[in-house]
Amino acid sequence: MSILVYTESENGKLKKTAFEVASYAKGIAELMNTSVTAVSINASDVEELGNYGVDKILKVDNDKLSKFNADAYAEVLTQAAKKEESKVVVLSQSANAKYLAPILSVNLDAGYASNAVKLPIIEDNFTVERTAFTNKAFNQTSISTDVKVIGLSNNAYGLKENESSATVEDFTVELSDDNFGIQVESVDKNTDKVSIADAEVVVSAGRGMKGPDNWDMIEELADVLGAATACSKPVSDMGWRPHSEHVGQTGKPVAANLYIAIGISGAIQHLAGISASKNKVVINNDPEAPFFKAADYGVVGDAFEVVPQLIEKLKEFKANNS
Amino acid sequence: MKILVCISHVPDTTSKINFTDNDTKFDTSGVQFVINPNDEFGLTRAMWFKEKQGASVDVVTVGGKDTEPTIRKALAIGADTAIRVDTEALDGFQVAKELAKVAKDGEYDLVIAGRESIDYNGGMVPGMMAKMMNANFVNTCVSLDIDGDKATAVREIDGGKEKITTTFPLVIGGQKGLVEESDLKIPNMRGIMMARKKPLNVVEPVAADTHTKAEIFRKPAPKGDVKLVDADNLDKLIDLLHNEAKAI
Ligand SMILES: Cc1cc2nc3c(=O)[nH]c(=O)nc-3n(C[C@H](O)[C@H](O)[C@H](O)COP(=O)(O)OP(=O)(O)OC[C@H]3O[C@@H](n4cnc5c(N)ncnc54)[C@H](O)[C@@H]3O)c2cc1C
Repeated sequence: MSILVYTESENGKLKKTAFEVASYAKGIAELMNTSVTAVSINASDVEELGNYGVDKILKVDNDKLSKFNADAYAEVLTQAAKKEESKVVVLSQSANAKYLAPILSVNLDAGYASNAVKLPIIEDNFTVERTAFTNKAFNQTSISTDVKVIGLSNNAYGLKENESSATVEDFTVELSDDNFGIQVESVDKNTDKVSIADAEVVVSAGRGMKGPDNWDMIEELADVLGAATACSKPVSDMGWRPHSEHVGQTGKPVAANLYIAIGISGAIQHLAGISASKNKVVINNDPEAPFFKAADYGVVGDAFEVVPQLIEKLKEFKANNS
Repeated sequence: MKILVCISHVPDTTSKINFTDNDTKFDTSGVQFVINPNDEFGLTRAMWFKEKQGASVDVVTVGGKDTEPTIRKALAIGADTAIRVDTEALDGFQVAKELAKVAKDGEYDLVIAGRESIDYNGGMVPGMMAKMMNANFVNTCVSLDIDGDKATAVREIDGGKEKITTTFPLVIGGQKGLVEESDLKIPNMRGIMMARKKPLNVVEPVAADTHTKAEIFRKPAPKGDVKLVDADNLDKLIDLLHNEAKAI
């Protein structure tokens, strides 16, 4: 009956989202008077999960799973959920979790609510609040199946420390060739830069930057803040920046702690995708730009003057505050 | 190669989002409906396979008669046949089940859907239908090539990309990258005329059950006013971000 939570890792280390989904699973476990079991694949030092309310960790070590494979990973979680007789399975909304969750929900004949932002209301038909219309609305979604799968939006719940002692159990899974219909030939990942999904701070720039050659200062600002870089859609369509940086309704969602928009007008499709960010700053020379209506902080000014100054001042600030 | 492209009929991205019936239903009055952008990239890639590799391309949607202009548009872009499963789309599971049936019955090799629809953002239909059909599945797909009985795909991952090889039957959760924005086709007059003569087959649903129900909607609370900081006083911005927002 334990709540099952998939705690993701990368290169053997648990990701920050793992602690957030564990915190959330603990929240559900308290509502349902049960415990939390985490599943961790090829990760070491999993004990840390105990600080976030996890009671038991099913530790899977399997060479076949060294590269992410959605069907095989879904199979691992399916077997774990059956063993634990779990009625609720919690995942993050990372690219990998979004990939495997629908497969998992078919395996378990479970209803799946993605993009959840709050704890479920158990007594009210098991209803979860989730975002819809790309953050332009919220929807209460009830799940009617016996087993339920919930995908928690990044940074929607936060980390909640909850001291418990987690026991670690080795968990072996049966995998067949059918689970490996997809072969990952190569992975091309920028390891020295934080991804938009994992970043606390995102520095984003738009057509106001005039051309791809002017991105040095955007990169530098991002560097100073340890931020990921992003861009508006036309910037990626024109090839100034790679598509992977395109954020918004038709690009990546951003739910960072701080989103800084430079030379971005604030079109509805752009705002929809980034509005889950907690603090939004806009730097734009047009005081009428719609972004000022959506931002928490704004600077009316020319990016080519404001950004270099901001970089200098932030460097000073960082030097004095570290 | 038989390709099926799944089309979701969604409100245009500039639509005002409002609700009716005590906030239980999306208010469609005055709203323009379009092909879901993620699906349109997939449809356009499918047209490429048709033109260059002789594939056939059918489109399918699950929905009422009101969705027909949207799938007619897909015919005008160049799809051969449209299929409409005549039932209201209620949740991801039900839609996936209806689509999986169409894909199985039609013996399609490749099914291209979008990574998510921009209305409910469920992001579950392609993965669910792949599992229901026992097909291979690539999500957030930004590049797809077919070589005989093999497919090569690139999947976007957090912070990078991954190159994948696989076989058919295959289901794709597509997005921009499958083709570029500039490759998208606006149907021309000839396409629109031809689309009127192409078959639009209305099929009965299998009456799949649902797993979830969208109950009440609400809109986010209105935002407070922006705090403006003078461009000559950026120390103030840093102070606000540090002490008030606690974001740096
Ligand atoms: C179906 C559809 C989906 C879409 N999806 C997305 C999406 O996912 N993401 C997205 O971003 N867009 C999306 N768009 C596009 C969107 O409508 C806007 O066109 C786009 O966001 C505008 O990008 P921008 O703000 O960079 O450019 P612009 O709108 O051209 O804005 C540039 C801004 O820079 C400012 N500026 C100019 N010079 C300076 C300077 N020197 N200093 C400071 N500021 C300056 C200007 O005042 C202006 O506000 C979509 C559109 C459609 C139709």
